Amino acid sequence: MEDLKRILVEHPFFKDLHQEYLELIVGCASNVRFDAGQKLFTEGTEANEFYLIRVGKVAIELKVPGQREIIIQTLQEGDIIGWSWLMPPYVWHFDARAVELTRAIALDGKCLRTKCELDKNLGYELLKRFSSVMVQQFEATRLQLLDVYGNRS
Amino acid sequence: MATDPKLQTIKGEYKQNPMIPWPFQILRVKRETEDTFTLELQPTGDLQEFQFQPGQFNMLYVYGVGEIPISISGDPLNPRILVHTTRAVGIVTKAMDKLPRGEIIGVRGPFGKPWPIEKAIGQDVVFVAGGIGLAPLRPALYDVLAQREKFGKVVLLYGTRTPADVLFRQDLEHWRSRFDLEVYITVDRAMSGWKGNVGVVTTLIPRAPFDPRHTVAYVCGPEVMMRFTATELIKRGVEAHNIYVSLERNMKCAIGLCGHCQFGPFFVCKDGPVFSYSTVKDLLVKWEL
Ligand SMILES: Cc1cc2nc3c(=O)[nH]c(=O)nc-3n(C[C@H](O)[C@H](O)[C@H](O)COP(=O)(O)OP(=O)(O)OC[C@H]3O[C@@H](n4cnc5c(N)ncnc54)[C@H](O)[C@@H]3O)c2cc1C
Ligand code: FES
Repeated sequence: MEDLKRILVEHPFFKDLHQEYLELIVGCASNVRFDAGQKLFTEGTEANEFYLIRVGKVAIELKVPGQREIIIQTLQEGDIIGWSWLMPPYVWHFDARAVELTRAIALDGKCLRTKCELDKNLGYELLKRFSSVMVQQFEATRLQLLDVYGNRS
Repeated sequence: MATDPKLQTIKGEYKQNPMIPWPFQILRVKRETEDTFTLELQPTGDLQEFQFQPGQFNMLYVYGVGEIPISISGDPLNPRILVHTTRAVGIVTKAMDKLPRGEIIGVRGPFGKPWPIEKAIGQDVVFVAGGIGLAPLRPALYDVLAQREKFGKVVLLYGTRTPADVLFRQDLEHWRSRFDLEVYITVDRAMSGWKGNVGVVTTLIPRAPFDPRHTVAYVCGPEVMMRFTATELIKRGVEAHNIYVSLERNMKCAIGLCGHCQFGPFFVCKDGPVFSYSTVKDLLVKWEL
């Protein structure tokens, strides 16, 4: 537990978070491990957790009918994966697959969701942090969608 | 005395007349990707060597089709072979793509301001390349690696469209195996099974190993990519005047006479193509608007 707490306290995502909330989050955290090729979660299934990658690499994949899955993003050490647990309908919109042996901290979103409902300050703190992750990812996606290396026409 | 009109005598040395293409023979054609190829050229006639500085470009003339600016992508320490890497996108580049070994192509140059490598001496060096932008940066990489001891950390961040679009695979493999150079590659999209990074090149910047306060960055790729990259480098702490970008504009004369390549108060052929980001930042934003 001490180890988990240290990692969470040192992670920029949880920077300046109130001690009491950190304790609460540590209570919802567990160490997980995924072998290369193993899925962290699958599109369409219930989203009840999020992950903080400690080591390894995870591919976010999208199913395309009649084709192999397309990787739209890879995430690695220090990155946070998953915000679907935070907003209804609490369902994953993508698959996430470990590209190599990956160790992560899983945070129980279902448990945190209930705590956020009860304590709006905690809810606000978490939403603020997730919004910043989402904005970064949306900006990257926007650039990706521009297809800047494609043909100008 | 120079009798060939393609040559001028300048200070007792034979120099190419900048307005007349010099015939070069294609020694080798190398296919890099589906739409990108590298030509290795050798001067014909009296011209033995072709000296250039990293970041400079030539006007390449496909006889009977047209003339276009293409950066030099070879090693400045090997002036006997002139190397150009081109992506076939339109009339001239597609015609060039069809030229076989042995064919003649006209060359005028070298033109333009080079990457200011001397500014990075004693500093960390970060190269950020997007797509075909790796070609104009490759001579600078060769140059830095040839005098590796003069620099701090050297990092190459390279983003391209898909794994199939990765250029210069042999060089990249070699560079990746060096202990004194960090190479990170990312693609915009890939099929499941790809083991590398997926995401735009800017996502590599926050964790790349360099000291932003002592870093000079050389950035080359599509303009939007260069703008996003510069923003991310500045966010990390690199000074705007230590970021250099290479711009592309349509060109005709390439020697600052015709005005075709005008960009605000600058002529890209003469004042560029390499500019400090602090010089062109406002113009780039306006241009895109
Ligand atoms: C200083 C400088 C250095 C350059 N260095 C290189 C280099 O090293 N390698 C290289 O491949 N190119 C380089 N370019 C770009 C190259 O000059 C153009 O791609 C070329 O002029 C296109 O000529 P074209 O007749 O084949 O295309 P055109 O027939 O003029 O254009 C046909 C179509 O292609 C599109 N197009 C034109 N240029 C580009 C482009 N750059 N990218 C994508 N689509 C385009 C046009 O919008 C149009 O739709 C450089 C340009 C400059 C100014
Ligand atoms: S191309 Fe003629 S002035 Fe630049």
